[in-house]
Amino acid sequence: MNQYPNHCVDFYASHVLHRLYEIQHTERHISAESMTRVANEFKMSASQVASVVSFYAFFYPEPVGFYHILFSNCTSCGYQVGQLNLLEKICRLLSVVAGKTRGDGWVSVGETSCIGMCDHGPSMLINGMPLVWLDDERITQISCLISEQKPLEQWPVEWFRVESSIRKHGLLLSETVQPGSSLKKVLASAPQQILNHIIDSGLRGRGGAGFDTGKKWQFCRDSAGEARYVVCNADEGEPGTFKDRVLLENNADALFEGMAICAYVIGAKKGYLYLRGEYRYLLDHLQNVLKRRYAKSLLGQSIVGQAGFDFDIEIVVGAGAYICGEESALIESLEGKPGIPRIRPPFPVTRGYLGQPTVVNNVETLIAAAHIAKNGRDWFKSMGTEESTGSKILSVSGDCRKPGVYEYPYGVSIQQVLDDCEADNVQAVQIGGPAGTMVARKDFSRQISFEDLSTGGSFLVFGENCDLLSVNQNFARFFAHESCGFCTPCRVGTSLLTSSWQKIMDGRATSLDIHEIKQLSALVKRYSHCGLGHTAANHILDSLQQFSERVEKRLTRKTFTPQIDLDAALEAARKMTERNDADAHLE
Amino acid sequence: MTDHKIKIATTSLAGCFGCHMSFLDMDEKLAILSEYIEFNRSPFTDIKHCEPSDIGLIEGGVCTAENVHVLREFRTHCRILVAVGACAITGGVPAMRNYFDLRDCLEEAYLHGAGITNPQIPNDTELPLLLDKVYPVGDVVKIDYFLPGCPPPADAFLQLLLPLLDGKAPQMTGEKLHYD
Amino acid sequence: MANNEHTITIDGTEIHFKAGQTIMDAALSAKIYIPHLCHYPGLTPSGNCRLCVVELNGKHVTACTTQAQFGQQIRNQTPELHAARMAITQMLFVEGNHICPSCEKSGNCKLQAMGYYLGMRDEHYPQFNPRREMDASHPAVLLDRSRCILCDLCVRASREVDGKNVFAIAGRGIHAHLIVNSASGKLGDSDIAVDDVAANICPVGAILIKEKGYVTPIGRRIYDQRMISEVAFDEHVPEHEEHGND
Repeated sequence: MNQYPNHCVDFYASHVLHRLYEIQHTERHISAESMTRVANEFKMSASQVASVVSFYAFFYPEPVGFYHILFSNCTSCGYQVGQLNLLEKICRLLSVVAGKTRGDGWVSVGETSCIGMCDHGPSMLINGMPLVWLDDERITQISCLISEQKPLEQWPVEWFRVESSIRKHGLLLSETVQPGSSLKKVLASAPQQILNHIIDSGLRGRGGAGFDTGKKWQFCRDSAGEARYVVCNADEGEPGTFKDRVLLENNADALFEGMAICAYVIGAKKGYLYLRGEYRYLLDHLQNVLKRRYAKSLLGQSIVGQAGFDFDIEIVVGAGAYICGEESALIESLEGKPGIPRIRPPFPVTRGYLGQPTVVNNVETLIAAAHIAKNGRDWFKSMGTEESTGSKILSVSGDCRKPGVYEYPYGVSIQQVLDDCEADNVQAVQIGGPAGTMVARKDFSRQISFEDLSTGGSFLVFGENCDLLSVNQNFARFFAHESCGFCTPCRVGTSLLTSSWQKIMDGRATSLDIHEIKQLSALVKRYSHCGLGHTAANHILDSLQQFSERVEKRLTRKTFTPQIDLDAALEAARKMTERNDADAHLE
Repeated sequence: MTDHKIKIATTSLAGCFGCHMSFLDMDEKLAILSEYIEFNRSPFTDIKHCEPSDIGLIEGGVCTAENVHVLREFRTHCRILVAVGACAITGGVPAMRNYFDLRDCLEEAYLHGAGITNPQIPNDTELPLLLDKVYPVGDVVKIDYFLPGCPPPADAFLQLLLPLLDGKAPQMTGEKLHYD
Repeated sequence: MANNEHTITIDGTEIHFKAGQTIMDAALSAKIYIPHLCHYPGLTPSGNCRLCVVELNGKHVTACTTQAQFGQQIRNQTPELHAARMAITQMLFVEGNHICPSCEKSGNCKLQAMGYYLGMRDEHYPQFNPRREMDASHPAVLLDRSRCILCDLCVRASREVDGKNVFAIAGRGIHAHLIVNSASGKLGDSDIAVDDVAANICPVGAILIKEKGYVTPIGRRIYDQRMISEVAFDEHVPEHEEHGND
């Protein structure tokens, strides 16, 4: 019987991100002194620790409140509910300014990128815990409890209940795997045989990019290195995606089984599950599953009695950075650094974690691999299309009556999904999140597949009453907030796109501005360093093309308008001089 | 060259008149030029309001509400508007106040600075109000050409003007390009 | 014929490269200028400024991080690349506070020289007007973050040539900023020395040597006399052993 590794039990001493989390959690911030302490403990330089602290959104150099609230600002689980702004409301009720800790140190309120609760209505993280189904009344109740300084443990448990709203079981979700059953079957064959099986199945990465999984494993297996690693990318951060949350909750055994199978194939002794910080609440559950698997000898030394097959899995939890979903940024983060994507090539399969050959796969991909190993390639290929075999698990949310997780064979049409989730009068669907494709009604016969519309799983529905331009504005802000800042076009360009789009929203933009936005979008798309920049302007270009008449309606007919609101630029001086005469204003 | 004189208007917004001085640095070429151009509103003429002109030369950035009015007047009346010099193009040295809040600037100048006898922030309605920041002219109106430099050398003005006298678009080569 | 196996073509000119060279290395050796600000021969390439993006088989790649490989057909001077380089340079200008007439580095500044090279006449984009911290704590070296373009050259020079670790970049997105590796975060408490490569490599006026301002008269400064596209061929960080001697 194998023991759950010691350093995983003593979780917070093992990894710099965990150590920093612990400090943030107990001291509510990470002071300069703490940074120095951590630098000494981890033999890092002070600046390295400072870089990490300032990179991740969930670390703060100044204390946050005893109650620290982060509203999701996603279009699905965000705080804007029709005309009601829940964030504004709670700030008013608690006399707190967003982004600033209240004077007495009790409360702080802010916003964060999508927290993956899109099937649970407006949601927040309070001290890291998801609190779902927010509405006007709940906000009032929350502010009362905070004013009474009632500890979170005494708040109603059901407020925190996150459910697995699986609406449609397909190929993977209807399977139940007995822990170890796939693994035992696999160990009867040679690694290359298993690999051929995976290659023949046509399995492609479920994160959205769709790289051939078998080929990835083969490259890694064939790369020279002192060690090889399996990394599961559980950093689903694309706004609107939450299917990995459900898989981690319900199918963790299959996932770890998939990781072990990959380890067997590529010859890895170590694997990591990189869990997004927003899903930290799943950590206990995942560690319990790991413990059980160690106890059953499905992890550790000589797995299921096979001498020489040793494999450990460790969990590393992120701290609020969408970019870490990019595989090389994820590896940087795993190494305890800011998540800045690496120059590729070399790709992780040849030089990944600690410079060694590494496979990085999505949660869903590894679960699919576990099932393929057990049920065979033909079982898998029986569904889907020629280029996209098997199934895709979608996270459906937005303007529909039945948000949740839906699994379909690849090739399903958008209209089919809309019918199933009971969405009427839909204007547009965003496939693959802000980085994906905006599809207008006339194209709802298009299919979810690698050959048509590829997606990591996000399926956002926008109904008749939705202001699509404000969706663009939301997406633009998202990218500006999540850009890592490494390269010029993305760092500066995403901010410029946000302010340019605001000009349209304000009704001040001219057709000249539209021309500018198009050029800027093309630049960000073509000249950025990584996938974030390459996709950051897609939603703008889609919108300008598909919904040009809506954009035009917002334009002014002037040939040129100032970049700035000139009258607003006089406000500071008006206040100071207490003037309000005609000359104190500008048109 | 055209048979009528090209009408030129010039002004300095938040500038130091250094660009105007540089213009005059053309020396004897100015005498030749004056056969083909005439000045409308300009510190050279003391005409107070811009009349329809062929070319407007703007020195300095946009610092006050009055600057905005003058700039708009130029845009309305000048067929071609040229931003002349670092301040007009980027805000320049006056824009160094953009590192601070306007309140801090005014309080330092009128309330807390050394040697102030009657501390008060001027609020007479005759005075133009300050904008929160100093802006490049191109942020406020459409600009047709930019003539960088602090100031642009006299030759650069010629490079700009000579083709315009011929009714051609100026071909401004990079040789004279300087931002200081 | 063996020689031909080590050739690439840039804008129709065939040039040789040595095994292991990047497109940028090969181009510089052949005296072909590919615009760049974050690259400096002798330091590990970074690829952050994106000025050196060239077209390779229809794709856009950074010349400084892409290995030269036989037969590559590269386009470096195209209207599209020129427009993109202009836009990127303008982005760098508006992102920081670059007031050339008031800057000691003026005339010797690469960002400025890039503007000259590209024929940039205005900054085009609205200015960000960031408030960035100045650090004058060191007796001989000044750090003015207003002018930093996050090129990372000082970070790499300190680690790779000086054998120190004085600088790092922290923060995310538009909030990325240069930090100093010392307990106080101040340059005065770091182990930077005035003759460190890191103290002298800054392409803009963010890191300046004190008491040297305006020593060279206008007209005789580097980019008063030569274009950045010529100066670039003469650059290389000092070799490690040389550095130990001075």
